Amino acid sequence: MTYQDDIGLMAHLMRRAGFGASRDELEARVAKGYVATVEELLNPEAQPPVDPYELLRYQPSALLPGGQPPMGNVNYMYYMVTTKRPLEEKMALFWHHVLATGNSKVDNYDQLLEQIVLFRHNGMGNYRDLLLKIAKNPTMIFWLDNNQNHGTAVNENWGRELLELFSLGAGNYTEKDVREASRAFTGWTFETKIPRLPYGRFPWKFEYRPEDHDDGAKEFLGHRGHFNGEDIIDIIVQQPACARFICRHLYNFFVADEPQVPAWSLEPPRDPAAIDAMATAFRESNYEIRPVLRLLFKSDFFKNARYRHLKSPAEVVVGTLRLVGGYDLPKPGYGELSMQPSYMGQDLLNPPSVEGWHTGSEWINSGSLMARINFVADQLGNQSLPGVRAIIDRLKAKTILEPDELVGECLDLLGPVEVGADTRRELIDQARQWGRLSWDSGPNAQIAAKRATEMMQLIAATREYQFA
Amino acid sequence: MPSAQKDPVLVVLQLTGGNDYLNTVIPYNNPLYQDNRKAVGIPEGQILAFDDEYGFPPYLAPLKKVWDEGKLAIMHGVGYLASPRSHFRSMDIWHTCEADKVGTEGWLGRVIREFDPRKENVVTAVSFGPCLFRALSVPGVPVACVAGALETYGFLPNIQEPTQRQQMLERFARMYAPIEGSGVMEYLGTTGLDSLKGADILKVAPSLYSSTVQYPNTSIASKLRGIAQVHLAGLGTRIFYCDHGSFDSHAGQNPLHASLWTAVSEGLDAFMTDLRQHDAADNVIVLMFSEFGRRVRDNGSGTDHGAAGATFVLGDRVKGGHYGEYPSLKPEHLVQGDLNPSMDFRGIYSTILDKWLKINPALIVNGTYEQSAFLH
Repeated sequence: MTYQDDIGLMAHLMRRAGFGASRDELEARVAKGYVATVEELLNPEAQPPVDPYELLRYQPSALLPGGQPPMGNVNYMYYMVTTKRPLEEKMALFWHHVLATGNSKVDNYDQLLEQIVLFRHNGMGNYRDLLLKIAKNPTMIFWLDNNQNHGTAVNENWGRELLELFSLGAGNYTEKDVREASRAFTGWTFETKIPRLPYGRFPWKFEYRPEDHDDGAKEFLGHRGHFNGEDIIDIIVQQPACARFICRHLYNFFVADEPQVPAWSLEPPRDPAAIDAMATAFRESNYEIRPVLRLLFKSDFFKNARYRHLKSPAEVVVGTLRLVGGYDLPKPGYGELSMQPSYMGQDLLNPPSVEGWHTGSEWINSGSLMARINFVADQLGNQSLPGVRAIIDRLKAKTILEPDELVGECLDLLGPVEVGADTRRELIDQARQWGRLSWDSGPNAQIAAKRATEMMQLIAATREYQFA
Repeated sequence: MPSAQKDPVLVVLQLTGGNDYLNTVIPYNNPLYQDNRKAVGIPEGQILAFDDEYGFPPYLAPLKKVWDEGKLAIMHGVGYLASPRSHFRSMDIWHTCEADKVGTEGWLGRVIREFDPRKENVVTAVSFGPCLFRALSVPGVPVACVAGALETYGFLPNIQEPTQRQQMLERFARMYAPIEGSGVMEYLGTTGLDSLKGADILKVAPSLYSSTVQYPNTSIASKLRGIAQVHLAGLGTRIFYCDHGSFDSHAGQNPLHASLWTAVSEGLDAFMTDLRQHDAADNVIVLMFSEFGRRVRDNGSGTDHGAAGATFVLGDRVKGGHYGEYPSLKPEHLVQGDLNPSMDFRGIYSTILDKWLKINPALIVNGTYEQSAFLH
């Protein structure tokens, strides 16, 4: 492999396992090596966490943001933009996609952020433990009405989604299994909420009420016993469908776009061998997530999947802000920045339903496409941002750039971005209109820098740039 | 396209956040109103009574004028069964007409598809807001979404030199040429070209526009002015959408409600005047809704999420008056402390679809609902 290939591969890894990286960071990581970088990402404890006090000094109301946007979004956005543990944060986003819980019903960003913290801490650990933790998470309990699931009156909302969306997928259980799983989770609720007025919101806490639990005999996925919720989770993770379902989610999120989840019981995976390999690793490690991610990031199917994933709005916004820099402090204006993914169709902490977001091409409509392109172009056009300056400085080091060199260098420094021949020809034709750029004098350098940012904006407007 | 100019046009103004019905259409003779509204009640001396039973708060004076002209229809007790009292879920139900499951198609998106199945006019619907409202969203149906000022609407607005930007947009068009059979790249291509074409068409509107009407300096007034500009340009736009908010007045309700409604009612006044001066008002109606009303009893400084609300339709072709029943305020008739809906919002949509837009309502709202006679 050439050095340029190494940079391209590292950029791919960082876009998927994180939110992209500057060229300086990519070069440092290439020097360290691909495998070592994967290990660093998988073991985030070696890197410092985001300092919440920095956030609170500037945006105190981001601590307990209540029920209205944008302060909850500011909190979440700040973590994603500044984290030094990119995979930890990306996995939190992954679980937010899968175990989707939203403010539409919860009406409490304090609780939703607590759930994101849970994902940050447990997102790469053991999946069975994570399921148990989310089953006891008061925000999830409220979202899926398990507080209304009583020994004498079963509410199936949580029991059904646990099987359909969080573990097995449609077609891998019966209606009776839904009923029996729901019975097993009766009595799993949270402490009576303290009224909000006059002192504000109080945190919600899990509570198990044995007197409200149906302890009768149950039959679930072929097993019989007086099951409680934890037994149900143990039986779920023994199902071959479970490992395959979660691995398909990981593939869709990290490797390449799959059909939407409701179609999974009908359409086979685009790469069945990849899902098989991941699912085997998952089961063999007793549902540890880290070994599956290690396999994934080191696999050929991952390395060969460059630009086969349409960026989610969170990836567009966070990736851009990390590239252009200057957003390390939660300055005024962060509120508007943190709402940008909503304008592109991904209202973070508020997915449209328990199904989470539909991904891939469903991110794109005539409004969201313009919002994506204009947001990125707006940032790349701002020469006062350190990341934009750093790119211009690298171009400037070449002193003179012919049109095709300008295009090549800009594509390289923004990715490297891979574009089709037709797109490249259009970009070069545009650069030819400007002629040769030169940094040999003050006025020339000014023009050259301006043209370079315009070229970057045009690249951000391409179809290819919508992919990661 | 000038012939399209007299086709019926629908403007939707969404009052986001849950507008307080009781303080908008005040049942001022009902002793239960003052009893329940100890903190946020409008004092009797300030109420603009418009008949023996109901009045507006003082900040709705411009809307009272519309009522006096007989051009404001007030739909009472609007909602649907088992209101979830959640902003987002309720808004979704209004947007998709699906009360029991999560809908994937917006009701107006379906209308656009009916109007223009071959996508001959990509500005059949124009939305003024930060993002595509779900009501307008149907995969593959183009909607022009104007996030900021109409004057700067389009791709790459921060490329300042006009010839430079023009060149780059031409390149954009070539780079988005849909390659048939390329799946997602083809879809991106069509979507990109649709939005580009929409922006191209819309950009002529501000330059064609001249008016003596002064719009107030509020965000809703500038959205309505943008709508007037596009409507007057005769671009064949049939559906306009805009929003104002947030009406979520849990605390400090009175000053908040006053400033929001002042902006909305003054903005609408300027808008209707503008259209009339251009002889372009008689084919426009405005539908104004909120996702729910608010709790009957106030909480000491505001009101919490409720159920039934009021929906308004106004315009020169609207038959003003009360439609439906104001739900009872008696404690035994309330549902969890909220007004019990007496009119399904899908009935209002159905009337507009059937009598105004001339589209079979059942195709759009998933069923048959009782209509009201608020259109001439």
